[in-house]
Amino acid sequence: MIRCFTAGAFVAMILAAAPGYAQSKAKAQNVPEIPYESVPNFLKLPPNLYLGEGIGVATNSKGHVFVYTRSGDTRLFEFDQNGAFVREIGQGLYGFAFAHAVRVDPQDNIWAVDEGTNMIIKFNPAGRVTMVIGRRPEAVEELTNFTGQGGYSGANKPYSFNRPTDVAWDKDGNIFISDGYGDSRVVKYDKNGRFVKSAGTRGNGQGQLNLPHTIAADAQGNVYIGDRSNARVQVWDNDLNFKAIYDQVGSPWAICISPGPHQYLFVSNSVPDNGDSRAAAQTGEIYKMELDGTIVGRFGKAGKALKEFSTVHEIDCRNPNELFVSEITDWRVQKIILKAQPAKTSAGAGK
Amino acid sequence: MKRWLVLSLVAAAACAAPLVAQSGAPDIAYDANADLLKLPDTIHLGEAAGVATNSKGHIFVYTRTGAAHSSVGTSRTFYKAGSRLFEFDQTGKFVREIGQGVYGFNFAQAVKIDPQDNIWVVDQGSSNVIKFDQDGRILLVLSRKPEAISVRPGARGGGGEGRGGPPPEGRGGPPAEAARGAGAPGAAQPAGGGRGPAGPPGSGIPGDSFVRTAGVAWDKDGNIYVADGVATGAGNARVAKFDKDGHYIASWGQRGSEPGQFNSLRGIALDAQGNVYVADAGNKRIQVFDGRGTPKAQIANIGTPAAICITPGAHQFLYSSNSNDSESLDNGEIYKLELDGKIVGKFGRAGRLPKEFNMVNAIDCRSENELLVGELGNWRVQKITLRAR
Repeated sequence: MIRCFTAGAFVAMILAAAPGYAQSKAKAQNVPEIPYESVPNFLKLPPNLYLGEGIGVATNSKGHVFVYTRSGDTRLFEFDQNGAFVREIGQGLYGFAFAHAVRVDPQDNIWAVDEGTNMIIKFNPAGRVTMVIGRRPEAVEELTNFTGQGGYSGANKPYSFNRPTDVAWDKDGNIFISDGYGDSRVVKYDKNGRFVKSAGTRGNGQGQLNLPHTIAADAQGNVYIGDRSNARVQVWDNDLNFKAIYDQVGSPWAICISPGPHQYLFVSNSVPDNGDSRAAAQTGEIYKMELDGTIVGRFGKAGKALKEFSTVHEIDCRNPNELFVSEITDWRVQKIILKAQPAKTSAGAGK
Repeated sequence: MKRWLVLSLVAAAACAAPLVAQSGAPDIAYDANADLLKLPDTIHLGEAAGVATNSKGHIFVYTRTGAAHSSVGTSRTFYKAGSRLFEFDQTGKFVREIGQGVYGFNFAQAVKIDPQDNIWVVDQGSSNVIKFDQDGRILLVLSRKPEAISVRPGARGGGGEGRGGPPPEGRGGPPAEAARGAGAPGAAQPAGGGRGPAGPPGSGIPGDSFVRTAGVAWDKDGNIYVADGVATGAGNARVAKFDKDGHYIASWGQRGSEPGQFNSLRGIALDAQGNVYVADAGNKRIQVFDGRGTPKAQIANIGTPAAICITPGAHQFLYSSNSNDSESLDNGEIYKLELDGKIVGKFGRAGRLPKEFNMVNAIDCRSENELLVGELGNWRVQKITLRAR
């Protein structure tokens, strides 16, 4: 290899640049040109691997080439002296986030410097971690720096939502969307998704909503809205006009209307997901109701054991006697078989 | 149980003298195998936050590895991945990964195996405690992962929520509950993140709402004890007790330094009599309670207890690691104690070499003289064999 020209030229190169340029123009003049070539396609990657930004490269004593790259993830690849791909080192490593340099020491250990995790990682020649210096900041310590919940916007736009919650259809295929946490409304579209109407504002009056969380439609096209934070089910007609309130069954987190000639309304007064045992003592049950609000019966209570409900979030009632119930806080779905009631009772009709 | 320390509780609490580790304790000779676990080429341990063995000697490691991800293009920041659970056989051979992609695997804190060989994972990021059976199926989940990142109360002391805006998802419930939950002054009520009525700082709510969960243990009836939580300065500082099905029974503790108060819980263990030992790291002591939370004693000459373990068997011992922090290689020794707090001996020091320890976060002591030690700083699990003295 040609060792180049004078040391003085290098000294000159690192002197200050003209303002406005990050890189300075060399002051060396009349330097002889060195002829050279570049080996085409030296590194041969498997078809499913790509280099990203070529941030680090180093060779070991056998001439193997190590490339530390900002690809989809920051990754470290090894190639042999001919450029053939050998392997990936440190796949999924805790210390890899944003590559900065790779070096190979005299014992052929591979050292990666990662400026994302602020770590120096030493691999032995076999590619196993043998030392780390520096520590990736604890993810839990960073959590409060992120975007929050977002407030109530009431933006009421025809084609955009703010944390929408549920969807229902009438017999003509019109679409009803409950929207949601950041709006307080129901939006109606035709079956082709063209905006028809939006109704509802935040509040606790008739036709007002506070967290419309779940929605269903009956065969007549009425829509039933689980107005969760107002602790009531509202019934609106097909044009989203207020009809009725059922406020005797707690906070409706999930509702479902069964199909068939005699439709039933299931409403879950789910236990709040905050783990508070005091709330658990008085919530968690599911109600079976007539569409007019008459209660047929109830079942279940809050809890994590079998047959108990840990924050029910959706109910399937295609068969009104075989329900599927999904729960937030015990990460499961239960299949619930309802048996015939010994004696029919009714209580607390809606108003 | 001996009650020799009960009277000294008041005196110790009133005393401002620093609680220093017992440098005069006898040294226990030991060997270490820092190369016990054999992983596939594509899998690496990160910070070895949790390690435990089951009755067959299989080794479970819960590690902070890979990267936690948050989603972009959403109005809130959702958080996934960041930790993995691996099983090895008794020789250290890799067996399998358990819980790949599980919702609550975000920031590993501990793994524990109960007497029925169920696998319990404790996660600081999701604040979940997750029970798996031997086949790796989920049987029980305690607490709930915050939906979006900043639902969490300020880990650095700033109340994260309860300052205007709508109640976040799931804080609704009965109107009275919702009103109290959302209306609590955010900064003044870090416990439970404004999810319940204001109580003493760190006392949390009576239920399974954890903040940076620290550990889990059981009594002989299967009741579940959860140390909640790790954070200093804000969040929860209590022990919560549940029955074997996860129904809430009781909670005790708040932030502070008095007996029965905590500052940064790091681990929990029970002895055969049902006494509860809590690593109260911020107060540099292990507190001992009966099963109902009545303070019985404290052990305060063993530095910062960052990991504790109680051996099974007729004569039980307590191990406690005086772990170094990430900015030093000081301390690092592990103490072996009688349950009454008497030091039997100590071994180890902070460092990066085999036999040394760097930020020990877990000790498995199913075998009194063959320990497994998980380190945050060295990304490894060492098998420690204590020699007879």
